[in-house]
Amino acid sequence: MPALWRSTFVLVMVLLAISRPSLASEDTGNGTENTITTLPIVIWKWEEIHFPYLVALWVLVSWLCKLVFQLNPCLTRVIPESGLLICIGWVLGGIIYGADKVQTFRLQPFTFFFYLLPQIVLDAGYSMPNKLFFGNLGAILVYAVIGTCWNAATLGLALWGCWLGGAMGNIDTGLLQLLLFGSLIAAVDPVAVIAVFEEVHVNEVLYILVFGESLLNDGVTVVLFNVFDAFVSLGGAQIDAVEIIKGIISFFVVAVGGSLVGVVFALLISLLTRCTKNIQIIEPGFIFVLGYLSYLTAEMLSLSAILSCTFCGVCCQKYINANMDERSVSTVRSTMKVFANGSETIIFVFLGISAIDPSIWVWNTAFILLTLLFIFVFRFIGVFLLTWILNQYRLVPLDFIDQLVMGYGGLRGAVAYGLVLLLDENKYKEKKLMISTTLIVVYFTVMLQGITMKPLVTWLKVKRAAVSERTLAEKIQNRTFDHMLVAIEDISGQIGDNYMRDKWNNFEEKWLYWLLMTPIARKSCDPIFNIFHKLNIKDATSYVKEGERRGSLAFVRNESKADVDFNKKFGADFSEMMPYIMTENMGPDHVPVSSILRDSVPSVCLDMHEQDLKMRESEDFDAHHLLQQHLYKGRKQHRHRYSRKHLEVNKDEHEVQEIFQRTMRSRLESFKSAKMGVAPPKKISKHLKKDQPQKMPNGKSADNSKSHAYGDEDLEFSEGDSASGCEAAGGSFPMRAYRGAGIVNPAFMAEMDTMDPMPPMQQIPSWLAEAEVDSSNMVPSQRAQLTLPWTPSNLRRLAPLCLSTHSNDSFLLADSPATQEGISELPPPPPPQDGQGQGTHK
Amino acid sequence: MNWPLYVTPAHIVRLYDRFEALDKEKTGHLRPQDFGAINRLAMNPIGDRIIGAFFSPGQETVDFHSFVRILAHFRPADKKHPKDPSMPEPVNSRTSKLKFAFQLYDQDKDGKISRAELLQVLRSMLEMQVTEEQLESIADRTIQEADLDKDDAISFEEFRKSLEKVNIDHKMSIRFLR
Repeated sequence: MPALWRSTFVLVMVLLAISRPSLASEDTGNGTENTITTLPIVIWKWEEIHFPYLVALWVLVSWLCKLVFQLNPCLTRVIPESGLLICIGWVLGGIIYGADKVQTFRLQPFTFFFYLLPQIVLDAGYSMPNKLFFGNLGAILVYAVIGTCWNAATLGLALWGCWLGGAMGNIDTGLLQLLLFGSLIAAVDPVAVIAVFEEVHVNEVLYILVFGESLLNDGVTVVLFNVFDAFVSLGGAQIDAVEIIKGIISFFVVAVGGSLVGVVFALLISLLTRCTKNIQIIEPGFIFVLGYLSYLTAEMLSLSAILSCTFCGVCCQKYINANMDERSVSTVRSTMKVFANGSETIIFVFLGISAIDPSIWVWNTAFILLTLLFIFVFRFIGVFLLTWILNQYRLVPLDFIDQLVMGYGGLRGAVAYGLVLLLDENKYKEKKLMISTTLIVVYFTVMLQGITMKPLVTWLKVKRAAVSERTLAEKIQNRTFDHMLVAIEDISGQIGDNYMRDKWNNFEEKWLYWLLMTPIARKSCDPIFNIFHKLNIKDATSYVKEGERRGSLAFVRNESKADVDFNKKFGADFSEMMPYIMTENMGPDHVPVSSILRDSVPSVCLDMHEQDLKMRESEDFDAHHLLQQHLYKGRKQHRHRYSRKHLEVNKDEHEVQEIFQRTMRSRLESFKSAKMGVAPPKKISKHLKKDQPQKMPNGKSADNSKSHAYGDEDLEFSEGDSASGCEAAGGSFPMRAYRGAGIVNPAFMAEMDTMDPMPPMQQIPSWLAEAEVDSSNMVPSQRAQLTLPWTPSNLRRLAPLCLSTHSNDSFLLADSPATQEGISELPPPPPPQDGQGQGTHK
Repeated sequence: MNWPLYVTPAHIVRLYDRFEALDKEKTGHLRPQDFGAINRLAMNPIGDRIIGAFFSPGQETVDFHSFVRILAHFRPADKKHPKDPSMPEPVNSRTSKLKFAFQLYDQDKDGKISRAELLQVLRSMLEMQVTEEQLESIADRTIQEADLDKDDAISFEEFRKSLEKVNIDHKMSIRFLR
């Protein structure tokens, strides 16, 4: 933390250092006509680039401020980010003022309204939850229009009353000016509301009401501002009924006109994205450009620019999200957030900096305090009044707690400050007083109300937003409810808003989709399908992540095949296994992964599964199955039964040890018998095949039955392991010992020796040969063949098959009594071996 | 008449007018054909199921009392009246609303929404854009999410649990019945 303070300080110093020459050089900016006497290698070009340089530097500094206080998380929990940014703005302003003795940087209204505000509004519109917004549009409009008018009127009149009463002393103002001041400070600010409410997470209805109001009240604010400004210019005498009527008409024109401009641009954007399939690289850019143009066009026509931008975003979001490629959509979303959040940061920092300027401060205690008081009181009164009226008509009435929060959430912000800066000083002698008051109001609401909002919400036990995502069941049920309500309304013969909504949906589907959406998008825009798709992608991603954590993706692919195969092949037999697999095969989110794979893997893979099945059926599936079943039982089971975190390594090692010991025993025995001319492996295999049915249930570990189901995956998984080579030599080698043979069941190794003479062995070679030939064809077991066992018993048989380099070595090693690693692992010569064999016999 | 339904007299009057308008043959009862005459209902994917919900099993007609009773499910829940444990569950309580919704799915009335039943509903709601395989996947996925005892069907309790975050009162209420 100290390090970052230091670096910020250094940055600010640099800023100052640069800004000083900029001030000084402004006069001499054109003095570059000096004759040069020699070729300059490097020139100091400050004059030419100082403007963009300063802009970029200020943006950087503002954004770095965000970084500064993120270091101390407890700070951000108490004070909202916007408040902290203002504080840092004060500090920076203080430094600059201290250095320059004049405030060189401040928030200019033009910069604010044309470069900083549009992206915030566009982002607000684009990410607006439409269904919620339009469902509560009536309430939002009531608060926005009537509420703001009420706030403006009462504040203006109250201040005027106090001024007449002499409470404010001698200020040069009048009723109209105070009404104007009231109108610009009455509006709830979208920037501040976003900044504060974002961290509080109240329930969505409450949020949408406050937020929607803050956006839509711009229509009223602009009208009131212009009307009163014009009235002030006209003078009090000229105002008569005509002017007032014109004022009212202008409200409708401005508000509705602004919205229409926004809708027109939304249509343009949607149509455009319909055709931009081949220029996807620049597709996201169109949204921003056209959104900004909607703002500017409305501003040009003196209509409400914020309304235009908002409705542009609101109306086009559905169509462009459907038309554009997923990557473009996520690009648009992320970029919008960057711009909006970045602008918000800059605005708040500059709000802080602008305050450190003695030239703007005129202090009139009464004026300021009265303003604060009236804003607060009239906001609450207005909210309660309007809510009482609305609750007569609302389906779900707003309760008292929500109303309190709504009243308290009437934050004022930068828009008011921007508007007050636009005032003409000649007409408004008290402009400085108004600026000071506005700043104080903004600081009060953003910081004080911002800080206390969260505790208030917790204390009042306001219903909070549901954090989790909608499940598929919920989505389907919502749809059902919608249809249900429409049906009930039809039956009961009432025209309700469900009826209207249904009509709108039909109209939209019939005409708008055809006009504004690409044919492909039209097919796949069903919300249930979309959420299903999203859930599948989420599962697939988590599955891949899980697979990557385990080592390699090769196993993932195979496992999927294996899972589905089993389901198809064994279905009922292993239905009791399948839930086991499904519940155990958990991704990190505890979503049954295997079944989801079936969903997320489109029909293409199903063909592969079919092919695989056929391949297996053509070969001796039982043989393969036998191989799989007895191989890697121990390891695989553990992987499946326990989550990755709980993999009990000890047990694994124990198994490994057992296998290792048995391998040693068997190897030495076959060594022995090889010398004697008998081929014990053959015996073993045949014996094993016969015994397999009865041996299966009681494998060497208690969960043979489970391993049966896991058979396929066993093989694949272990292959994955050995292919990725992540096992130590010691671990993998005993596995390999059993791979190609498939014959050696470690559990029964010891018993082999004591078995009676074997039945005729004619079948065995063929079976084995079959198995080997089969395995060379089969995808999984081919991998098994890659690393060959190197027990001496298998030496002769498997010689002609392809060998992996790894086992080649061990192959040779085992063959020759050379002194290499293989031999070192071999137990000492025969005499102790028997004893050892007995000793380790289980 | 005993109206423990929290429906106001004004509602009853309005609904009776509607009942009479639907009952073209003036029999005092409604039959499925009368409901079918409502054109817009035919365009509703679950219109038939809703109509079926009005008729108790085995009955072929709906009298006015039942008509009002079913519609009273859609009244917003009354927060003012405290719950009286001695009285039967009010018709517009959350549980009753959920039961109504449940029976829309559970056509064979076995107390469980089987996979086949869910598929039927999905098929009717998702219409033509979605293939049969995808529908089955969606149905499987839905059952997985909601099915807690792994019997491959959704019981009423599981149904209720899967919707505990949804504001049923809001979603299943008609404004004019306030």
